[in-house]
Amino acid sequence: MNDNTLLKIEDLVLYFKTSMGNVQAVDHVNLELHKNRAVVILGESGCGKSSMAKAILRLLPRNVSQYHGRVIIDDLDVMSLSDEEFRQQVRWVKMSMVPQAAMNALNPVLRAGDQVAEPAMIHLGKDKEEALQLAREMFQRVGVPEDFLTRYPFELSGGMRQRVAIAMALITNPQLIVLDEPTSALDLLTQANIMNVLKKIKWETGTSYILITHDIATSSELADEVAVMYAGQIVEVNDAESFFAEPLHPYSRRLMASVPRLYGDEEPDFIPGRPPSLLNPPTGCRFADRCKLRFDKCDQEPPTFIVDGHPVKCWLYEKDHEAVISAATASGDAS
Amino acid sequence: MSTDVQMSPTATHADETPLIEVKDLHVWFELKKWGFSHVGWVRAVDNVNFKLHHGEAIAIVGESGCGKSSLMKTLLLLNRPHKGKVFFEGKDISDLKGKELKWYRSQVGYVQQDPYGALPPFMPVHRILNEPLVINGVKNKKEREERIRQAMEEVALTPVEDFLNKYPHMLSGGQQQRVVIARAMILEPKLLVADEPVSMLDASVRVEILRLMRKLQEQHNLSVMYITHDLSTVRFFSERIFVMYAGKLVEQTHIEELLNNPLHPYTKALLTGTSVPDAANAKHLKHVPPGEPPSLVNPPAGCRFHPRCEHFIEGKCNVDEPPHFEPVPGHIVNCWLYEAGRTSYPET
Repeated sequence: MNDNTLLKIEDLVLYFKTSMGNVQAVDHVNLELHKNRAVVILGESGCGKSSMAKAILRLLPRNVSQYHGRVIIDDLDVMSLSDEEFRQQVRWVKMSMVPQAAMNALNPVLRAGDQVAEPAMIHLGKDKEEALQLAREMFQRVGVPEDFLTRYPFELSGGMRQRVAIAMALITNPQLIVLDEPTSALDLLTQANIMNVLKKIKWETGTSYILITHDIATSSELADEVAVMYAGQIVEVNDAESFFAEPLHPYSRRLMASVPRLYGDEEPDFIPGRPPSLLNPPTGCRFADRCKLRFDKCDQEPPTFIVDGHPVKCWLYEKDHEAVISAATASGDAS
Repeated sequence: MSTDVQMSPTATHADETPLIEVKDLHVWFELKKWGFSHVGWVRAVDNVNFKLHHGEAIAIVGESGCGKSSLMKTLLLLNRPHKGKVFFEGKDISDLKGKELKWYRSQVGYVQQDPYGALPPFMPVHRILNEPLVINGVKNKKEREERIRQAMEEVALTPVEDFLNKYPHMLSGGQQQRVVIARAMILEPKLLVADEPVSMLDASVRVEILRLMRKLQEQHNLSVMYITHDLSTVRFFSERIFVMYAGKLVEQTHIEELLNNPLHPYTKALLTGTSVPDAANAKHLKHVPPGEPPSLVNPPAGCRFHPRCEHFIEGKCNVDEPPHFEPVPGHIVNCWLYEAGRTSYPET
């Protein structure tokens, strides 16, 4: 593991037990994140991206049937820790989370300032006074007026509540923040403002992000790297420049083509069908049924090929990938 | 841009009675203390005027709380106007009751934002689509079955037999939204009101639903009010666009004109705030106005955008409400910047 690596996920598996069988929410996932970088986990709803966040932070429900693999943060293998050790040494200390719909994740009967201050009291051993002072600084950093410290969540707008949730994740100065759909319920300009706040924090404090979202356009505001998830598996990891210029996996390409653009004549396209059930995912490539470039090999599960240093889980890249990319592009244009 | 007929739809439709005409519409909600003593008004829609012609699609764009949903609900007669009138084919509908109201509702289809919330969870698709027909007096069972089948085929819920007996929770988000659209279309309305029809759906199916609605619009010569906060979906659908801010229409024009020559500072901010997938986005901050939309109980005096505006003119914008200016033919903007004959947004 090189010095710059902050987080390394190896072969992470998280299955849930339900009355219908095992839901394979996170299926042998590998991911690496460097210091002061942001990786976006992109995927449709139900592809397992939120489960992955929960698996990293061990915020698991009771019906877990399988949970194994390695998660190493800062040279510490967190999977070997007990729950209590994990709580003391990792959660909030090394990494924290801004949950999905953070605006509803705040405690309605606590004042905003007190909620934000709490992790500092528990994990940094501050007394109430110091913690509130720290909360005040965090409020400033995320752009919430100071007098909001004494307000209750219902007195704040959605955007302000989201900022408060970010302040809370930030107060212990963690190296990694997991953001689960941080802007999906917000208005356009509020979204842009929050993205600005997150960028500034990243530049000023050197923190890293895992950003979980289904919104490609917004994700590009923060991304250094992009990991595309489909049906519980990561099918492509790429750096942002290459990804937004030309993604590799057929699913990524279709996803990119489905984004409506403000300008230009290109009409967006949709992906017919729906993702497979995670109860009984297909044995071959999981995207095969919706893929225009399907061929015989796709009935077997593709291994991960490395294309120009980027892992891609698709049989097209088995051999001469340049030829394949141009073929894929040509057929993409024709469709 | 080309100056085709679409540029000024009002001109081409000049002699025709518009399908919907909204005159001086105010939708205000009373604020009460302890349930009876009056303490003020929420001015959700303030002095809105427009015409919607047969077969025309208009988009209303704005952030939450700008009054776009209140405006829409007034068109559905779920709210009544506080002041002003709404005409449907020349007939004043502001006070419709009883049978007439039922008739009006059959002329207007409604596509809700959250399809799962909009469908009754305990009814199968067949019953969901059957009910409007029963209520509106289609007595012949055979005819009802025929129309249900036809509506489902139109929204591509095929093969029909596979879906008839399914409950909403058994369908994907895109399929649920198709059921909602089929239900809105089954009485063959003249107007379709779509409130953020794709915002709850996955990116990969959004375009599919938008295309479907466009197809229906063309086939049935439907008029559509498309309400959204996402400018990038607007151009696949509508000709004219209204931008709404804090209860007021601030800019009205043809969609291509708006994208290429936004005039109101708020519209400009919306366009700047809309991301397109590009790795360069991560390298710089976005230029967006600070603050949040104002409270509609005590909106700012003068122009309601002035506290957030970078072109704020002291003594003007915070005093007098900007009237309609038409710096470019067919392009109406309510902003003092265009008082002196300016025709494009000032460079900063």
